Amino acid sequence: MKAAAFRYHRATSLDDALAVMADDDEEVRALAGGQSLVPLMAMRLSRPEVLVDLNGVDALAGVALDGGHLRIGAMTRQRDVERSPLVAEHLPLLRTAIGHIGHVTIRHRGTIGGSVAHADPAAELPAAVVALGAEMVLASTGGTRVVPAEEFFDSYLVTAVEPGELLVEVRFPLGAVPARHGMAEFTRRAGDFAVAGAIVLADVAADLTVRRARVVPMAVDPAPRRSARAEELLVGRALDDGVIREVAAAVAAGCGPVDDIHGSAAYRRDLVAEMTRRALARLRQGAGE
Amino acid sequence: MSGETAITVSATVNGRRQTFTCEARETLADALRRRCQVRGVHLGCEHGVCGACTIRFDGVTARSCLMFAPQADGAEIVTVEGLADGDELHPLQEAFSRHHALQCGFCTPGFLMVAQELLAEGGPLTEEVVREAISGNICRCTGYHNIVEAILAVADARSGEAEK
Repeated sequence: MKAAAFRYHRATSLDDALAVMADDDEEVRALAGGQSLVPLMAMRLSRPEVLVDLNGVDALAGVALDGGHLRIGAMTRQRDVERSPLVAEHLPLLRTAIGHIGHVTIRHRGTIGGSVAHADPAAELPAAVVALGAEMVLASTGGTRVVPAEEFFDSYLVTAVEPGELLVEVRFPLGAVPARHGMAEFTRRAGDFAVAGAIVLADVAADLTVRRARVVPMAVDPAPRRSARAEELLVGRALDDGVIREVAAAVAAGCGPVDDIHGSAAYRRDLVAEMTRRALARLRQGAGE
Repeated sequence: MSGETAITVSATVNGRRQTFTCEARETLADALRRRCQVRGVHLGCEHGVCGACTIRFDGVTARSCLMFAPQADGAEIVTVEGLADGDELHPLQEAFSRHHALQCGFCTPGFLMVAQELLAEGGPLTEEVVREAISGNICRCTGYHNIVEAILAVADARSGEAEK
């Protein structure tokens, strides 16, 4: 349970970090909050030769409203995102999602960028950024590019980030996705990763007719993705119990869970249907009033 | 590759400036125990699950097994040793003793650090809030009941004082 030897570099600026990341002779990893990477290194599942510590790069942290976007620096602590008034006002789902991450002590260190870049399909933030239609800003010594969340996650712990690149910011377009949200996840113990979960966003009229919807199941696919079938079933229909059951069944039918020590694929499929039902029921609470 | 190069780290630990050398791969928890002789930092799981190694790092709780020692350079660290005022125990330590909130005591430092942060936030405490706050710390002796009682007792005593 001790990490293999590595060279430690405390980055003093983004340019400094990117210069070290650009070295293709050695395996370089960026260290954000360390709440996932350090255990992986302790178990020797990850053995970087160089670790670039981003914790001293203040320019990478902060929440700012910028025209049509809410911009959150990759090194912003999850606890700071959770407590940000701007996030509470514009992205209430993000606040709900972070409330499910680990424990307060974990969220003090854990960062939004670290969790997104780690890309655990059972984690809350990857699913939330897909639901919210966020954009990932990636920087390297060659420049900057922007990747939409739906194209960012490839598979278990695999993303669009290329060697030498660093996720520097998560940008949320405002008004581009439905405002109302519901989320549910099942864990064995408080703070654990979800065995299955669901995030739903929808605009609901006074008569409960759904105008727009986004549905993202959690922990049942190699990477978080929207359930197109579930969204089709929602739009234009009133959010009653029958529709909710139909949508929950569609999510379960359309996902690809696997067996692991936390549950069988069949169990996860049942569970994701129930989590979708609960997420939609939560979203419906207070709607149409 | 020069992974085993010694790195010099200087941090404030329980109010005292400590300078030590360590390997990059050493966890902060190990460095606090070995280099700073702060043995109240207990290592249970070594991968961020049990909470026994919880310390206060730059003002907020952190798991010292999930940080590498060089990250502590320039940091302000408080461990369980920093709770008591000389020979006078912190009210939480008193309460843990009075309410039998520990048996073997291995997990206790982590619980105390988390409880101390919870109390410092000053919000109203219910059993549910306390149970949520300590949900990241594992105790295999007490069944948690007496830990919750101890923390609530300190909170009650404080709100009693505030009303006087």
